[in-house]
Amino acid sequence: MVKNNDYFWLFMIITLAVLAVRIIVNENYPLRLGLDLQGGLQVLLEADVPPEEPITAEQMQTVRRIIDDRVNGFGVAESNVQVEGDRRLVVELPGIDDERQALELIQGTALLEFVDTGNFSLPPEECVRTSLNEGKPSPCELEGGRTITDTLTFPAPQYNTVITGDGIANAVVEIPNPGRYIVAFDLNPAAAQLFEAHTRANVGRFLTIVLDKRVISSPEIQAVISNQGSISGNFTLEEAQTLALQLRYGSLPIPLKIVANRQVGATLGTISAASSIRAGTIGLVVVLLFMAIYYRLPGFLADIALLFYVLLNFAIFKYMPVTLTLPAIAGFLLSTGMAVDANILVFERIKEELRRGFTLPEAIVAGFDRAWSSIRDSNVATLIICLILFGFGRNFGASMVQGFAITLAIGVFISMFTAVIVTRTLVRFIMGSGAPWLEKHRRGLIGL
Amino acid sequence: MFQYIQRRSLYFAFSAILIGLGIAAMVASLITSGAPFRLGVDFLSGTRFEYQFVEPANELAIRQVFVQAGFENPTVTSLQGEGLENAWQIRTSFALPEQVQQVQAALIATVGPVKADATRVDSVSPSVGAEVTRSAVIAVLVSAGIILFYIMFSFRQVPNPFRYGVCAVAAMAHDLLVILGFAAITGMLLGWEVDALFLTAILTVAGFSLQDTIVVFDRIRENIARRPTENYELTVNRSVLETIHRSLATQLCAMFIMVAILLFGGASIKPFIAVLFVGLLSGTYSSIFTAVPLLVEWEKRAMAQAG
Repeated sequence: MVKNNDYFWLFMIITLAVLAVRIIVNENYPLRLGLDLQGGLQVLLEADVPPEEPITAEQMQTVRRIIDDRVNGFGVAESNVQVEGDRRLVVELPGIDDERQALELIQGTALLEFVDTGNFSLPPEECVRTSLNEGKPSPCELEGGRTITDTLTFPAPQYNTVITGDGIANAVVEIPNPGRYIVAFDLNPAAAQLFEAHTRANVGRFLTIVLDKRVISSPEIQAVISNQGSISGNFTLEEAQTLALQLRYGSLPIPLKIVANRQVGATLGTISAASSIRAGTIGLVVVLLFMAIYYRLPGFLADIALLFYVLLNFAIFKYMPVTLTLPAIAGFLLSTGMAVDANILVFERIKEELRRGFTLPEAIVAGFDRAWSSIRDSNVATLIICLILFGFGRNFGASMVQGFAITLAIGVFISMFTAVIVTRTLVRFIMGSGAPWLEKHRRGLIGL
Repeated sequence: MFQYIQRRSLYFAFSAILIGLGIAAMVASLITSGAPFRLGVDFLSGTRFEYQFVEPANELAIRQVFVQAGFENPTVTSLQGEGLENAWQIRTSFALPEQVQQVQAALIATVGPVKADATRVDSVSPSVGAEVTRSAVIAVLVSAGIILFYIMFSFRQVPNPFRYGVCAVAAMAHDLLVILGFAAITGMLLGWEVDALFLTAILTVAGFSLQDTIVVFDRIRENIARRPTENYELTVNRSVLETIHRSLATQLCAMFIMVAILLFGGASIKPFIAVLFVGLLSGTYSSIFTAVPLLVEWEKRAMAQAG
């Protein structure tokens, strides 16, 4: 009863198994664990502007890029920043241990400072140390940015912060002559006082504008400035606009507020991960035993298909990659139940056909044929549920649901292959070729 | 052949007691807390803190810290379970991360050191909570629509498709009532919350329940065609006995996995798995002991009227 078709499938199965094992052992495809399995921080930020004020997709992308840069500087291996909808941003920092610093970093409209650099005009992009945090090295330096250290004094000089971005009430681009752009800014009263005192005493020296300890521009103080000032330089229109935005909002083109967040301690995550693996393994082993004991030889063959199914799932989780959370693992385990169910449907059919007096090869053909419509229907129904859940899980608050829906759906797809084609190929090879002998001498093995 | 179908009043009574208990719990919860279930922060919005103190802590002291930090009426509950010694859950209105940090510092200063690694904080602002609720409603409505369509499609070739459809829906409603009651009871006794994952369980159970029923109904249809002259009740009985192996074997396998998670799995997933577990169990039960007996009852009465 073995056909050419079966050799083709056997070849496919072995190839896929080899491929899956290679992906699983390949360290370039790490298993991605969610927040609940390794601890960490997840924050949903929303544009803090009136709802009627339009926000362009480009603006959101700019915000995303800036925040992404910041969290990358934080040294989190698998940080992830994504735009969600029109005006929201999800920031995921798995495995971090200092939530406070991370939150400051994300939310912190980056720190803008006007620092006194005396007689030196500093080149843009240079990293500086300021009096504001006692001259400590900043992320700017730690990320390998250029510093004054290597060219001038050692240790790096610490510059005095005159005012910070908080003092700026507004900033706009002005065009005094065509092709020339300056950035004009207004100061609030408290900052204006400080600024006036400083500029009065330091005309002719340089006042450097620093964002997150990185020099933006370093203009000369040409006149006393109190509540209004302007920065001129060789700006293009775009640069001037960016600078105006940075002066207004720190560095983000749009101010953000936190609308939801989730923090999970690292230990909680590790415990959950370990216990999930334990629970999943125990559950699977019991299912494997049950199938082999209850359905005998075909049950044993279904077990092989099931192990192959687990292998394929893991390979796909690593390859895509799928972020594994507790609900995602639950979805995978539930899909395992679906895979087993498909084989149960087939084996019950085969038994029925045997009782009706069909020979074993006939019963095998009929069993797989007749059970297929039930398997297809129930899998389609489950996939529809997954689709609805996936849509529901697009909300940040329900994002846990998405993991469940994804792994359940992947599992259903794979199970249609393993529980039908893999089991059928194995059953045909092993039971088909040995049918007469099995029917005569080993009826117990086929569950009769 | 075992005539299970004749004892249907017994099954109906059993279901009625089960559902009655659940409804009683929902009513009790509604009276004491204002909602039939303990709603999670996903839907209700607010912040849920979970701290594990190194030393035993005092509920009043914890509450005091939150009140002083400006949170009115915090709900303070002690968490029970393996690895949850001195663990407390505090529910408040929506707290910004800065407030969370402040409260945390105050807790450590006044109540005692906490295991920093075992801390969990979930914060959902009212706007996000409202959105989750809205999309939950949409998900339920879409599901209901698809389920109705699915039933109409599945029974399009059966005589009296309306009866089959209604009985399948009744079985599904039975399962949903059972898990809603379960949620109300566990909410009151164990503090389990109805969250986004609970809705996931509801939709999954609805789908699986329906499939279970359809498998049995399909077999009834097949057997009616095969033995048109046989007594209706006999045919139905035969159909159920023929499909029961599959139902039980499948149910057993699903149970092995879920019991393993309940016994050995992570604590935060347990409520979800427990609801799924109860729901799937009820789904298998209701397809055999609710949907089919209802159908038989209906067909018999219709026949009696016609004859």
